[in-house]
Amino acid sequence: MKIIEVKDLCKIYKDDGTETSALQGINLNIDKGEFVAIMGPSGSGKSTLLHVLGFLDKHTNGTYLFNGKKFDDYTDEQVAHIRNKEMGFVFQMFNLLPRTSVFDNVKLPLFYSNIPAFEWDKLACEAIESVGMSHRMHHEPSQLSGGEKQRVAIARALVLNPSVIFADEPTGNLDSKSGQLIMKILQDLHEKHGNTIILITHETFTADHAGRIIKLHDGKIISDQKVKNRIRAEDFVK
Amino acid sequence: MNLNYSLKTAITGLKTNKSRSVLTILGIVIGIAAIILISSLGAGAQALIIGQLQGMGTKTITILPGRQPKSLMDATQIFSDSLVNKDLDALKKKTNVPHLAKIMPIVFGADSVSAGSESYRLTIFGASDSVAKIFDIYPDKGEFFTEEDVRSKADVVVIGSKVKKELFGSSEAIGRKIRIKGKSFRVIGILPERGQSSMQNFDESAIVPYTTAQQYIFGIKYFHRLIIEADADKNVSQTVRDIEITLRNSHDITDSEKDDFHAETSTDIVARLGIITNVLTMFLVSVAAISLIVGGIGIMNIMLVSVTERTREIGLRKALGATEENILLQFLLESIALTGTGGVFGIGLGAVLSFFVSFILGRVVSMNWQFAFPLSSAIIGLAVSALIGLVFGLYPARKAAKKSPIDALRYE
Repeated sequence: MKIIEVKDLCKIYKDDGTETSALQGINLNIDKGEFVAIMGPSGSGKSTLLHVLGFLDKHTNGTYLFNGKKFDDYTDEQVAHIRNKEMGFVFQMFNLLPRTSVFDNVKLPLFYSNIPAFEWDKLACEAIESVGMSHRMHHEPSQLSGGEKQRVAIARALVLNPSVIFADEPTGNLDSKSGQLIMKILQDLHEKHGNTIILITHETFTADHAGRIIKLHDGKIISDQKVKNRIRAEDFVK
Repeated sequence: MNLNYSLKTAITGLKTNKSRSVLTILGIVIGIAAIILISSLGAGAQALIIGQLQGMGTKTITILPGRQPKSLMDATQIFSDSLVNKDLDALKKKTNVPHLAKIMPIVFGADSVSAGSESYRLTIFGASDSVAKIFDIYPDKGEFFTEEDVRSKADVVVIGSKVKKELFGSSEAIGRKIRIKGKSFRVIGILPERGQSSMQNFDESAIVPYTTAQQYIFGIKYFHRLIIEADADKNVSQTVRDIEITLRNSHDITDSEKDDFHAETSTDIVARLGIITNVLTMFLVSVAAISLIVGGIGIMNIMLVSVTERTREIGLRKALGATEENILLQFLLESIALTGTGGVFGIGLGAVLSFFVSFILGRVVSMNWQFAFPLSSAIIGLAVSALIGLVFGLYPARKAAKKSPIDALRYE
């Protein structure tokens, strides 16, 4: 079942009168439960594509169907609700709230959900446990290492068990060991819970953890292939 | 969406910038405190004035010569000689004014009195034997003149405590003679010291029978005032109507527009003075309100800074599912919490200041001043400060809510 259907998707930025084409006619389908890596050099439009797919940005032309419904047909409130319930975001820069405990950071999406408040603590604890951060529950982000921050960010992304997790270079700011742990968590999520994962990276090694690699260049898809020799992250995590 | 959680978030947001929050609300604190102080002092002044007036009694009706002044310039008939003895007799008739309990004519003027070599300028009242009951003032030494003294135009006088001190020092005054307008009066009573607690300052007056005053001191046939007391509060307005009819008959007036007298009840005076003090208080409050506007602009400024500083946070919250309303509410609650806290502290500060001022007026200046803290102004103060948060927080909050998530997340 297709969760994402994209036809002739274009994104044009207008800045001081000059137009920049970030995406030029993308055609793409992603099924529920797929693990897709989007690759490409900087400026290829991969981040823009992720933002459009993640409802963080609006496309200029073409159609984008999420769960079979056109993006343009969703109201602002529905868009916010989908971002909350159906999508989870993991950013390269972590984007945790400063001076706010790990626990409260992970609780943040629950605040905007329609889940009753008495269940928040339990859900947050479970999410933190699933990324192995229970021992840092009441620490603030400034007391954590980069890898730990990213694990907290993943816990925040999955606290509402979204159908799609968007990860924008999640290992980009991490050392290889921490990065590998992040990839293991993502792979586990995909395998055990069946979440769809869309990952952006420019490293082939990281991309090889996915089941499918889409390569972008100058806003166009230049290749879309299944990964033959998929890397098992746990083989590299001691 | 959970209001409790939103409020917690807002307060956490403010706590992170403690010193900035405190400085920001200072304008609101001062503004609200000023308004509380002014309205408290206004209420105190009003209570003081009304208290003095009610010392005269709420059943008291004063008849003044001349028609009711319609404007400040309309003073033509104020010094009129229209109230005379036959009016007094007409009003005294039970058939004319059935609810009249007491009636007392008054004449007054300033003159000097002397005793031996001492001389003193004071207010001389000519009154009847009802003066003690009507003004609620009784001599602490000696006694007032009697009905018989009034009828016989007796040359007796009751003097105020200050007059006694000036003329006789600490020696005995009862039975001594004082001279007014060349005529000798026997002192029969001394009034206790009352200070400025009543409309008239009896400490510096001498009271003689009105008949004596008319004939020997002022040389007039008319009265300056007629003081009437109704038998009950509920009959005051009926009595005023009866008095008007009686006096019009007595003066052969058919058109009420041409009245050469007018009646004032203490309720009238209280109401009129109440309006004056209210207008004055409102004026001062509106001056103080300017500081609230200045404070509100400060709030808006700081909220704008806060929105800019937290652009990434706003982007993140939106990415995690916050709607525009969520963000709007978060920032609105923050500014309302800010001004509301300012309001609470302002009310506290205002209350303390007005208590302090009341204390000084009461103890140090020894006025009969009561500390008044109008609860209504505290509630209004709180409501106004919250409203300021709402009004001046709206623009920054809308700005925050409208941010596109990706632009906000990219913000450096």
